[in-house]
Formats: sequence, C-alpha cells, structure tokens
Amino acid sequence: MANVPERDPGAPAGQGANVEALYQEIILAHYRAPRNRGELPGATGSAHLSNPTCGDDVTVATIVDAGVIREARFTGDACSIAQASASMMTELARGATIGAVRRTRAALERMLNREPVTRDALGELIAFEGVARYPARINCVLMPWRALEGAMGDA
Amino acid sequence: MTGPIIAEIVPVAGNRPRPRGRRDDFPLLAGSPDLHYLDSAATSQKPVVVLDAMRHYYEHDNANPHRGAYALSVRATDRYHAARRTIARFVGLADTDCLIFTRGTTESLNLVATAWGRANVRAGDEVVVTAMEHHANFVPWQQLARATGATFRIAPLTTSGQIDIGALGTPLGERTRVVAFPHVSNALGTVNPVRDIVKLVRERARNAVIVCDGAQGVPHLPVAFDSLGIDFYAFSGHKMCGPMGIGVLLGKRALLEAMPPYQMGGDMIDVVGDEETTWNALPHKFEAGTPNVADAVGLAAAVEYLERIGMDRVFKHERQLTALADELLRALPGVTIHGPRPSDRSGVVSFTVHGIHPHDLATILDERGVCIRAGHHCAQPLMRRLDVAATARASFYLYNDESDVDALVDGVREAQRVFGTA
Repeated sequence: MANVPERDPGAPAGQGANVEALYQEIILAHYRAPRNRGELPGATGSAHLSNPTCGDDVTVATIVDAGVIREARFTGDACSIAQASASMMTELARGATIGAVRRTRAALERMLNREPVTRDALGELIAFEGVARYPARINCVLMPWRALEGAMGDA
Repeated sequence: MTGPIIAEIVPVAGNRPRPRGRRDDFPLLAGSPDLHYLDSAATSQKPVVVLDAMRHYYEHDNANPHRGAYALSVRATDRYHAARRTIARFVGLADTDCLIFTRGTTESLNLVATAWGRANVRAGDEVVVTAMEHHANFVPWQQLARATGATFRIAPLTTSGQIDIGALGTPLGERTRVVAFPHVSNALGTVNPVRDIVKLVRERARNAVIVCDGAQGVPHLPVAFDSLGIDFYAFSGHKMCGPMGIGVLLGKRALLEAMPPYQMGGDMIDVVGDEETTWNALPHKFEAGTPNVADAVGLAAAVEYLERIGMDRVFKHERQLTALADELLRALPGVTIHGPRPSDRSGVVSFTVHGIHPHDLATILDERGVCIRAGHHCAQPLMRRLDVAATARASFYLYNDESDVDALVDGVREAQRVFGTA
C-alpha cells in the first residue's frame, strides 16, 4: 500500500478517471445482467452474509460433489461491486475444485491488498484492481467469496 | 455578542435564494475548499472557538475537579459547572442539577433504560417506541422489555414517514410505562410534533415516562426542555459543533432522585460504609468517576457559538438548503426522496436513485469531494418499513451552502452517467 498515496478527501473534483477505473465496463455488465443469480434447488450448502454498515446482503448456495463445485448461485441485494463479484465468482466456481476456488480467492485478496500477484491467477477478476484504492469497498468484493467459503464448508 | 451572519439572503438572478455558509469558522472546511461535507447528521465539524476553548482549558485550568484542596482544582471545578449552566440555559432547563453529562446520546438513553427501567418496569407493563428510532433509542428498550417481561410495542409511521399519532395512541393505557420517540429522525429528517405526542401520552398513559432522543433535535432547532413536558431528553455534543465523547441527559428532578445510580465509583457517592453506601446529590449521583471537563468546556463553547448565531436561523438555513436539494434531486429521473415534504423535515435528504446502490453513489460522490452517508443509518426497523435495504443521506448544517447542494446534484448526475441509467 505504501507506494500508492491515499486519496486526500479534500482533493479537487473532476477525478473521473478514478471512477472509470473502479467501475470497469465488465463490472457494470455483470451488475446489470448477473450470471447465476437465483435460488439453487438441491443445494448441499449455503451461507448468508450481510454488511451492517451499508446494507449489502448476499446468500451463496452450492452443490458440491467430491470436492468439485457442480453448481453455485447467489441471491441478495447489494451494491454493484458486490453483485458483480458474486456473478463473476459463481462463473469461476462452477466446475472448479474447492482448492482451486481457495487459491483464486487468495490471489484476489493479495491484489486488493496491493501485494504481488500473478495476473493469470485472476482472469476476469483483474477488473477489481481499482477497488484496492477504496478501502471501504474491498469488503464488497470479498463478501460473496466469504459466503462461498461458508457454503462449501457446509458440504 | 456579535458574530458573522448566516443564512443571509443574497438576491440572485432566477429568484433563487443563496444562503451563505460559515465555512471560515471551521478549520477543517476552511482548509479543504473543495470538500462538500454533507454528513453532519453523523457528526458535525468543529469551529475554531471550540478547539480553542478545549486547548485553553488544558493549558490553564486542568486538574481533577471536586477533589483538590488547591486553587487549580477549584478552577477546573468552576469551569465544569459553568459549562453545565451554559448548556442548561441553551436547552431551557432551569434546574441545572438535572443536566447529567454522559458520553453521548447512546449512553444517556442506556442510563434511563437501565437505571430507571430496571427499577420501574415490571412484567405485563408496556414499553412503546416508534418505527422511526435510531437503534440507540430502540435496542435498550427492546432489551429492557425482554429482561423484565414487559410488552414491547412499535408505533407505526404514516406513508409519508411521520409518526402515526392516531396509531400511537391506540396501545397507550395504564400499563404503559415508557413512551420513547425521536425529536427528529436521523434517517429521514422528520421533525416530530413533540407537544402533540406529549399531550396524547399524558391523556392516555398517566403512568408513562416520556423519553425523547434529541440527538438530531438540539443541534438543529431551538429546544426549551422545561416547556416540553418530557421526562427525559438525550443529546450528543459532537453533532452540534462540540467534541466527541460528551453528551447530555436532561431529566425531571423527582425521577432522577428516585432512580438508583447507573455506574458506581468516585464522585457519585456520599458515605461509603463497609456494607452500605449512600449516593451523592444530583447531578453527581449519575456522574461516576473523573468527569470529562475538557469536552464539557468544548460543548459549552459550541453552545455559545450557536447562541450567537441563533438556533432559529440555523434551522431556517438548513430548511432552505433542504428545500433546494429536494427540488433539484426530484428533477432528476429515477430519484426517490424518502420522508415527508421539506417543510416537515430538518436538514436531511434521504434518497435512492433507481439502478444505483447507495454505496456506489457514495463512492462516486466521494471522488468529487462530496461526503454523504449510505446505508441503514442505524435504523433497520425503519428501513424494513420503507422497504429499502439502504438509502443515501445528505445532511446539512450551518456551514453548508448552495455550492454543496450543486455538488451533490452534479455527483448524482455523474453516477447516473457512469451507470448508464440517465
């Protein structure tokens, strides 16, 4: 974090480039048309998480079989960052092993903490790179992943 | 005393009033000319007179009050009691001993719910709050009811976000022991009709104590406690230009004297025997431990600052900005403003924008130096009734002006552009 200066709350307006970096088109696309959104009949596990400060609320449900996530869906009401994260996450999780999901989440957390990370490990998730500059929003990206971990743990 | 004038109406083209704020009195705002601070319902900024008063106290008068047999301690004691008198005068309390210093509204309300509540509420009694409460005036009463076996009732709101006075009256009766309500809603800005509520409760529930959460009241409009007929009234210093960590409970003497203490320790005792202890007189009975003198002095300075301006003018200034913000936001597509019309609100605009979560809105506004709150505003029961998970809230104070409203509205437009919803 040391090499990127914190934003000054009194900085002049007109920093639209930062907003564009945060709200990448792919994030907005997943927010507008989320993948894997809905109930999951026959789920082997599910977990509900909410952020008491902003009102975000996400439930992730999975069907896990022999260490592989066969199906993953989410429901809830949350900001664009959290919804897009849930949407992309469920896309990545379907057909992946629990171990692979955990490795991807670890890479995502490293990127959000501005630690060295292999871009290949992240795929589309690289779109969330801009969130690292917004400490208040990092939890929005990670909340669905925490819910997924809970849902997998239920299996 | 004379001070700079706020809310001076400067005629401009288009017949639009331009209230002039007081940014220069506030070092944080004066030092950040591009900052648009619209979260004063959460906490206000601090004028330099408050910072100076606290620094002066620590540099010239600091000692532990009520204890020392030396002049400095006497001076600290005098400063502490002078602060109490100043604040009591400001809120229309004649019996100064009935002003208890606390850490804030939350502690004041917990004091009443715990010390008065546990001693007076029994199984089968009724505890009534409204659906408009901040959690600080909801959870203590809910938990008191659970602990005592009392019935907990939540008075409903009208569709416009006001207390439904008719429905509030229905459950009131002999068994009603507490009626708690906010003077002004923190989430919607609704200014509640205190006198109507007090009259109703006195007519129908003669055994009830009336508890008013004034956290959003005292900072924004004139309050005359003795004439309101309320039993307990709580507020915080930090929302009214004072420091964080100091608040106030106002109470009626007979109730305060009959109540057991809230916390035990130094200062609040009279004689400590091996088996029994007797309590100090008011207000000390409820102020255990070393008091927060510096913050009391700071709050008194804040009160004097607000008095020089006049609370009528503070309120009028906020109303003007609220009305302007309402008008400009309503003109945007997809914007919904929650709560009653501006003439029934204080300086709060609680709103949602179609297709944009309040958290996203707050981030985009933040990039433009506009600080708003996004979330449930510590009022989850209210949010459930509004059927929204969260709202965006802009709140105004005496240092805001028309440029802050413009920045807010421009930021909402920018968010709609980013999200492609406009």
